Amino acid sequence: MKVIKQSPIKATLTLLALALASTTTMAQELAITVTNLTQGLHFTPVVTAAHSNESRLFMLSDMASTELQAMAEGGDISGLVSLLSNADANINENPAGGLLAPAMSASFTLTNDSGNTHLSLAAMILPSNDGFVGLDSWEIPDEAGTYTVFLNAYDAGTEANDEIRGSGVPGEVGMPVPPPLDASIGMNGTGVTDMEANNKVHIHRGSLGDDDMSAGKSDINNSVQRWLNPVAKLTITVL
Amino acid sequence: MLTFNAHKNIHKNTAKNSIYQIVITSLLTLGLAACGDSYNNGDDNYTPLVQPPMEYSYSITLTNLTYGQPLSPIAVALHGDSKMWQVGQSASVALEKLAEGGDNSDFLALESNLASTMSDGPLPPGASVTLHISTTEPMANYLTVVTMLVNTNDAFSGLTGVDISTLVLNQEKSWQLNVYDAGTELNNEAVGTIPGPADGGVGFDAARNDIDLVGYHSGVVSKDDGLSSSVLTQAHRFDNPAVKLTITRTK
Repeated sequence: MKVIKQSPIKATLTLLALALASTTTMAQELAITVTNLTQGLHFTPVVTAAHSNESRLFMLSDMASTELQAMAEGGDISGLVSLLSNADANINENPAGGLLAPAMSASFTLTNDSGNTHLSLAAMILPSNDGFVGLDSWEIPDEAGTYTVFLNAYDAGTEANDEIRGSGVPGEVGMPVPPPLDASIGMNGTGVTDMEANNKVHIHRGSLGDDDMSAGKSDINNSVQRWLNPVAKLTITVL
Repeated sequence: MLTFNAHKNIHKNTAKNSIYQIVITSLLTLGLAACGDSYNNGDDNYTPLVQPPMEYSYSITLTNLTYGQPLSPIAVALHGDSKMWQVGQSASVALEKLAEGGDNSDFLALESNLASTMSDGPLPPGASVTLHISTTEPMANYLTVVTMLVNTNDAFSGLTGVDISTLVLNQEKSWQLNVYDAGTELNNEAVGTIPGPADGGVGFDAARNDIDLVGYHSGVVSKDDGLSSSVLTQAHRFDNPAVKLTITRTK
């Protein structure tokens, strides 16, 4: 876990904020748990950030940025982290220390600066070509309490959902298969489609999959690696 | 869909606790007044004021929102602060029996239950049922409701460990419930493994051959959508949410 933009001055300010029974414009302490609700999907390293109302990680019906594409096709969040850093966001990276396995949770804390009023999150879902779990600009409540937000699976619209083994490099076809997933993903699929007609970010239509681990159209196992929304739960405690 | 629930943990004193405090304060006041009288009048026949235990009653209405998944007899329990299942944890045997076979008897018999009830029979698609539950137990502040989607291997829906102590009289609260997978039986949809009318197969099997962690269900595939060994058809597919639940405090 790495928390960016935390300094002694910041900590002092936070204490001061608590002492003054913090008003709406002060920094907040957030205790966050992200839960992978599925039994068959892995999440690649998760990036979570508090940012201003002007920044967006992604937006439905908009084209994905190249940084979002790199996350959605290959699980690489470094580009998104740079974008967020440049926008003075408060960032948490990779709270699970790698893949967030099915049904597992990862917890972390995030202190947001006063202008960083909105929370976003992204991580690629595996197996998929360019699917990701996301939260787009959820307004962080002023009032202390515990809040629960359920997250859907999105499609970045940058790669055809052929559902066969391939590459995680942006622009290259196929799905990345990291070693922990190797045994659970099929082989020799002929490809579900080579088209990506909707090139905007959209709600993922789900994987087709098939029931043949060594042939068929898809290398995805249809009775294990499909999903229904929501795919993740975020519990945010505003302290 | 972005669902959003706020659980405000600010009011540490629940409605119940506050009422108890008022009752206790009243008792003390009356008691002191009575003592004062007896002292003045030399009357020793003072009987302490006995308050009957406070009763709480709730009505719980469930609606089956699916197309073709009857729900097994609905189990409802009131209990202390605990959860009967959790994403990422193994299912209890009581939950496994319910989720694989629709059998809620172990679940209703759990010692942790302070009050429980169930519906008379299964709840067909599109139908609603209202159940009533009452308790005088001051600790029965948490609600669990659970039911199986019977044309599946081990899918269930419900909610567990929900704090209902803040409900005031006649207040109602609703949820749209998603579908969990007990993780105790592979979703092979095979002949003989599904207890509902689609198959009439075996319900509970003590062997655990799936991930053995509770999670959200990935939906049934069916033979119509590429699972050749499945006994299910397109008509058994479902999506979230599967159940609507409304609770009203009636007493």
